[in-house]
Amino acid sequence: MGALSIRDVRRSYGGIEILKGIDVEVEAGEFLILVGPSGCGKSTLLNIIAGLDAPTTGTVHIAGRDVTRALPKDRDIAMVFQSYALYPNMNVAGNISFGLEMRNVPRDQREAAVQRVAKMLQIEHLLDRKPGQLSGGQRQRVAMGRALARDPVLFLFDEPLSNLDAKLRVEMRAEIKQLHRAAQVTTVYVTHDQVEAMTLGDRIAVMKGGLIEQLGTPDDIYDRPATRFVAEFIGSPAMNMIVAERSPAGLAAQGFDLVLDDGQRRALSAGAPGPVLYGLRPESLSFGDAGLPGTVTMLEPTGPETYALVDTAVGKLTARVPGRLHQAIGAPVALRWSAADVHLFDTRTEQRLA
Amino acid sequence: MTAGAGTAVARSAEPFGARLARWVPKLVLAPSFVLAFLFIYGLMAWNGYLSLSASRLLPNYEFVGIEQYQRLFESERWWVALTNLGIFGGLFIGCGMTIGLLLAILLDQKIRVEGVLRTIYLYPMALSFIVTGTAWKWILNPGLGLEKLAHEWGFAGFSFDWLINPDRAIYTIVIAGVWQSAGFVMALFLAGLRGIDDSILKAAQIDGASLPRIYWRIIIPCLRPVFFSTLMVLSHLAIKSFDLVMALTAGGPGFATDVPATFMYTMAFSRGQIGLGAASATIMLATVAAIVVPYLYSELRGRR
Ligand SMILES: Nc1ncnc2c1ncn2[C@@H]1O[C@H](COP(=O)(O)OP(=O)(O)O)[C@@H](O)[C@H]1O
Ligand SMILES: [Mg+2]
Repeated sequence: MGALSIRDVRRSYGGIEILKGIDVEVEAGEFLILVGPSGCGKSTLLNIIAGLDAPTTGTVHIAGRDVTRALPKDRDIAMVFQSYALYPNMNVAGNISFGLEMRNVPRDQREAAVQRVAKMLQIEHLLDRKPGQLSGGQRQRVAMGRALARDPVLFLFDEPLSNLDAKLRVEMRAEIKQLHRAAQVTTVYVTHDQVEAMTLGDRIAVMKGGLIEQLGTPDDIYDRPATRFVAEFIGSPAMNMIVAERSPAGLAAQGFDLVLDDGQRRALSAGAPGPVLYGLRPESLSFGDAGLPGTVTMLEPTGPETYALVDTAVGKLTARVPGRLHQAIGAPVALRWSAADVHLFDTRTEQRLA
Repeated sequence: MTAGAGTAVARSAEPFGARLARWVPKLVLAPSFVLAFLFIYGLMAWNGYLSLSASRLLPNYEFVGIEQYQRLFESERWWVALTNLGIFGGLFIGCGMTIGLLLAILLDQKIRVEGVLRTIYLYPMALSFIVTGTAWKWILNPGLGLEKLAHEWGFAGFSFDWLINPDRAIYTIVIAGVWQSAGFVMALFLAGLRGIDDSILKAAQIDGASLPRIYWRIIIPCLRPVFFSTLMVLSHLAIKSFDLVMALTAGGPGFATDVPATFMYTMAFSRGQIGLGAASATIMLATVAAIVVPYLYSELRGRR
């Protein structure tokens, strides 16, 4: 049995089912990411794990113990909130030690814990300040410090970096990763940012509409997305989707034959007939002398690479190429890719075919 | 933004229309400004001078120094008024705040009929103190209200005669005042409670704090600014309280429920002691100022 197991958890609010049966097993020391669009139920699930909300049906076990009805304080967890949720009337030291004080830890041990955490997060000079006197990044550190002061069996993060600016977000992301590597505490981390999901997670659960669409390692999720939704949600720019018809040679779109390998052909013939979604990640596309003809309609240089929007007979495709592009807008180009990079999805069920 | 260097040049070349546009607001505001200045600060100054004069039935500008103040503080009735203000003010503010805060905390527990209850609690504030006073006069009148009702229900021994008991009458004013203002205090505190981020409560729950401890250690300390504003509002209501006392007891029995405002009114307008009334008015003004000025000062300084 894992450090955290969630079994068939459902939650309804006033007749509307927000979580529609979630099953997850998290191993000890694992870093699990819950990622999905806004409103898909990530916070609701995290609150149920924390005991701030109760499932309508289903159970939650932490370290082998059924805690479905246990109070948050009896679950030995720590949580970091998006708004940081610092106690405005207490200084930083008070915020960090409040949880220990509520658990009747003696004063000298509390002070030692505050010092240890402050040193770890480099906030020693802030201990006497009130939250109102801190910057966003500093508040974030204090919120982390409050979670680290106790030694919980489970860390929960609800979009902890969403309110930071881009640069700070990258820094804190690295720091969270290091903290987790050092402490090896089981962590569930909610985000809607797919870069955070890919860089931090040991495993990622992609959620949509109260269900987990796919649960797997970052490589699984990226290389073999189980559904069209996962394919389009993870990866930036999003995966190109071409609606393809069956043809004698395999698949074609607007009369253009689309390359396939043997495994894909086999999967196609095994599956139901009908149109198929032919997915290509932007970085799989490159410019060549021959291939799918099109014209460049927009260029977005980001520095190390350029996103090119190309108008083709099968629709608008985004290509992501290294460095700068020499083609001008309106220039005729040809796009190439290899069959190994192709993802196929059923148009109706939106499930992966190959 | 373009001001600074621009204005000096622009002003001389400014077209008539623009100059008019600049003056219109000042012209429109001028009459009310003059009137306010005259009738508020002018009359304050006049009252201040009267309190140093020998005025009795009519204003009399003979300067007598602080004689009126000496008479004031030798008057037994003034001391009764001050004591009453102390009792009334202390209980009115203390009970008003406690009950208002408790009501707000109860209403904040996500109960279903909150909207209805909020309106009910807030409703007394929509009444004027005169109405409140009159209504409570009937309710507390031994021959008409509660006592009679209890007798009719068969509790023959029930007696509630505070309204006509000189030692107790001041507490009836407290009851009516608290009834009127508790809902308003509740609304202030409720707004404060709603302003507290929900996730702070969640964090405290995870930290292991029980609900009473969350309120005591986090929420109530966070409401400190609300406590201050409420204290300001209630204390100046208490010092100025006049209509409630007039409607409920008219200062009686005897002058047992006199407060400084009714004292001032009686002296200046029915006892022909304008100088004495003016002196008591000045003392009240000074008391209000002693509360409000430091508050305004700290508020304005805090803004900057
Ligand atoms: N207390 C609640 N009452 C009613 N609906 C709620 C409540 N909490 C959340 N919801 C609904 O549940 C859905 C999922 O919310 P949430 O878990 O916060 O999404 P996420 O964190 O993924 O953005 C939203 O549509 C929200 O409106
Ligand atoms: Mg959320």
